[in-house]
Amino acid sequence: MNRPRIRWHIVVFLAPAVLVYTAVMIFPLFNTLRLALFTEVDQTRVYVGLQNFRTLFFDPIWSEQFWNALGNNFWFFLVHMLVQNPIGIALAALLSHPSLRFAALYRSAIFIPTILSFVIVGFAWKLILSPIWGIAPSMLDAVGLKSLFAPWLGKEEYALTTLALISVWQFVGIPMMLIYAALLTIPEEILEAGEIDGITGASAFWKIKLPLILPSIGIISILTFVGNFNAFDLIYASQGALAGPDFSTDILGTFMYRTFFGFQLQLGDPHMGSAIAGAMFAIILVGVCIYLFGIQTRMRRYQM
Amino acid sequence: MTYRSLKLALLGTTLMATSALAEDVTLTIESWRNDDLTLWQDQIIPAFEATHPGIKVQFTPSAPAEYNAVLNSKLDAGSAGDLITCRPFDASLALYEAGHLTDLSSVEAMSNFSDVAKSAWQTDDGSASFCVPMASVIHGFIYNKDAFAELGIEVPTTEDEFFAALDKIRDDGTYVPMAMGTNDQWEAATMGYNNIGPNYWKGEEGRQALIAGEQKLTDEAWTAPYATLARWGEYLGDGYEAQTYPDSQNIFTLGRAAVYPAGSWEISGFNAQADFEMGAFKPPVQNAGDTCYISDHTDIGIGMNAATENPEAAETFLSWVASPEFAEIFGNALPGFFPLSNTPVDLQDPLAKEIVGWRDECESTIRSTYQILSRGTPNLENDTWGASVAAIKGAKSAEELGAELQEGLASWYAPHQ
Repeated sequence: MNRPRIRWHIVVFLAPAVLVYTAVMIFPLFNTLRLALFTEVDQTRVYVGLQNFRTLFFDPIWSEQFWNALGNNFWFFLVHMLVQNPIGIALAALLSHPSLRFAALYRSAIFIPTILSFVIVGFAWKLILSPIWGIAPSMLDAVGLKSLFAPWLGKEEYALTTLALISVWQFVGIPMMLIYAALLTIPEEILEAGEIDGITGASAFWKIKLPLILPSIGIISILTFVGNFNAFDLIYASQGALAGPDFSTDILGTFMYRTFFGFQLQLGDPHMGSAIAGAMFAIILVGVCIYLFGIQTRMRRYQM
Repeated sequence: MTYRSLKLALLGTTLMATSALAEDVTLTIESWRNDDLTLWQDQIIPAFEATHPGIKVQFTPSAPAEYNAVLNSKLDAGSAGDLITCRPFDASLALYEAGHLTDLSSVEAMSNFSDVAKSAWQTDDGSASFCVPMASVIHGFIYNKDAFAELGIEVPTTEDEFFAALDKIRDDGTYVPMAMGTNDQWEAATMGYNNIGPNYWKGEEGRQALIAGEQKLTDEAWTAPYATLARWGEYLGDGYEAQTYPDSQNIFTLGRAAVYPAGSWEISGFNAQADFEMGAFKPPVQNAGDTCYISDHTDIGIGMNAATENPEAAETFLSWVASPEFAEIFGNALPGFFPLSNTPVDLQDPLAKEIVGWRDECESTIRSTYQILSRGTPNLENDTWGASVAAIKGAKSAEELGAELQEGLASWYAPHQ
């Protein structure tokens, strides 16, 4: 008889992380989902099932705001996918070029905004773009392009894109670093073998490196997705909880905040707020699942 | 061993805390006015403690934007202070209905206030008052006297004169005619719509009729202010769409703008910043000789936490807040926050004096959206912000805005259905 010993040390080593994670993440998550099934009538909490979600999706007052926020969220995500990630990959490709000088300097300079607080980034850009004190109008003026300047953050049609690009500026260092690390792991032999077969320069990037870093690009896409659909800070710091002008920068995060905690004369409604948080959670969950089961499992991996 | 010493230490602190309690009662005040911290510590609290030995007062403010959320969680957790600074209308009414605020109707000093002053902190039927009114703010326009003198402009009293003055300033080009932006949205509604509006809807008369459902937001009286706001756009500075509230304050106090649509709370800040002489004029009326109406908005009150352990001391403090002595200190220390008590207070600040003088010439009202009407979803106050901005930008016509707001209000407010 040789009964497998219970390996207590595994439990002991896992316990702190599991306990802390349960207390600060898992429990609040499920409690929020539970809260979404209630409402308050005359100071008492009443169970209403899925009524809050019905209100959120089908009551025109709520659904209009919800779809607006969701649409803005998708645009915010799209700008990141189309601008931040390609630029990040291009920067990483340039940085990993062996003959580039001062690579470490560029790398740090581009990465630094990532460690800044949203509040600082929000206010700094607000000042840069300010039509009154900002340096953007005078810089454009210096090159004779003053006519291109508009109070971007105050115009419905530009505000969200402007904020998305500010966020791209802040976070472009993350995909750059991840891709850079992936590119460094590609063995020289493969590239040399390609060179012998006549694949050099740009085509070496497209035909050899890019397929090898695709898994990293997948990870970055999903991180971007989760990060963007949870976004809140930058919009709140620069446009406030009402996500002006005229809700044009309202995303799910600000919509949830406004509903949950209330705003000005609007009293907070934790139950509707939880319903929005639940919807956000579901959207992110679906997105991550599509990625995990639809894309990642089909992605080809190469032994290097 | 360590466990036991910890227990002893805890016991020790508890004992010390109780013995301290036996000597002096300490009252803690919850507030969002963190700007006023020094005023409370240096002037108000010493004045109170000097005449009331045995009661100590602590002022513990939190950030304005977080106050409601922080206060609610503290009240639910039972850790809130003895005295609670009250936001006007529904935020405080909700606290009262949840049993967090004590009914103060029986406190004798409450008779020092008029019904209008008390209305912000009463149940809808007026049967219970739960906060002592502290101050109101008045809307109007603050102007740069030097600029007006330089350009030879008279202080406007009618709307035609007002726009003529703005035209003159704009044509001259030295000054931005009016310092206001639409980025933060609330200025457009608070310093725009609710500033000039009372002259159109005849103050309390219109406001009460709107609450009763006798008037609608599509009526001329309620849409006309939007039409007037639409004319403001051309007098605001370049890029006003992205101009924030602090931007506007700075533009005016730097002397770059001639007129500032204001709330009286700006006075102390402006006094400190601006090095030119300032004056104020009330919202212009349509025709010379019309009765003028001003927004004299009840903004701040103070009530008692129902769970306080020191109700007598708290009541003593509230009675003192209701006294003329407090009004005198408060009104002069914070020019622009006008005490609401019936006893007139002698204000020192010339600008504050000028503005409070309008109370004698005009009819007072409060902001149209604050009482009852912002109780449902969609929130009328928030919608008014958006509508005022849209009016100034010229994105929508006054009639469209009125129709949208009316539709939103009618969707949940029975008297309008």
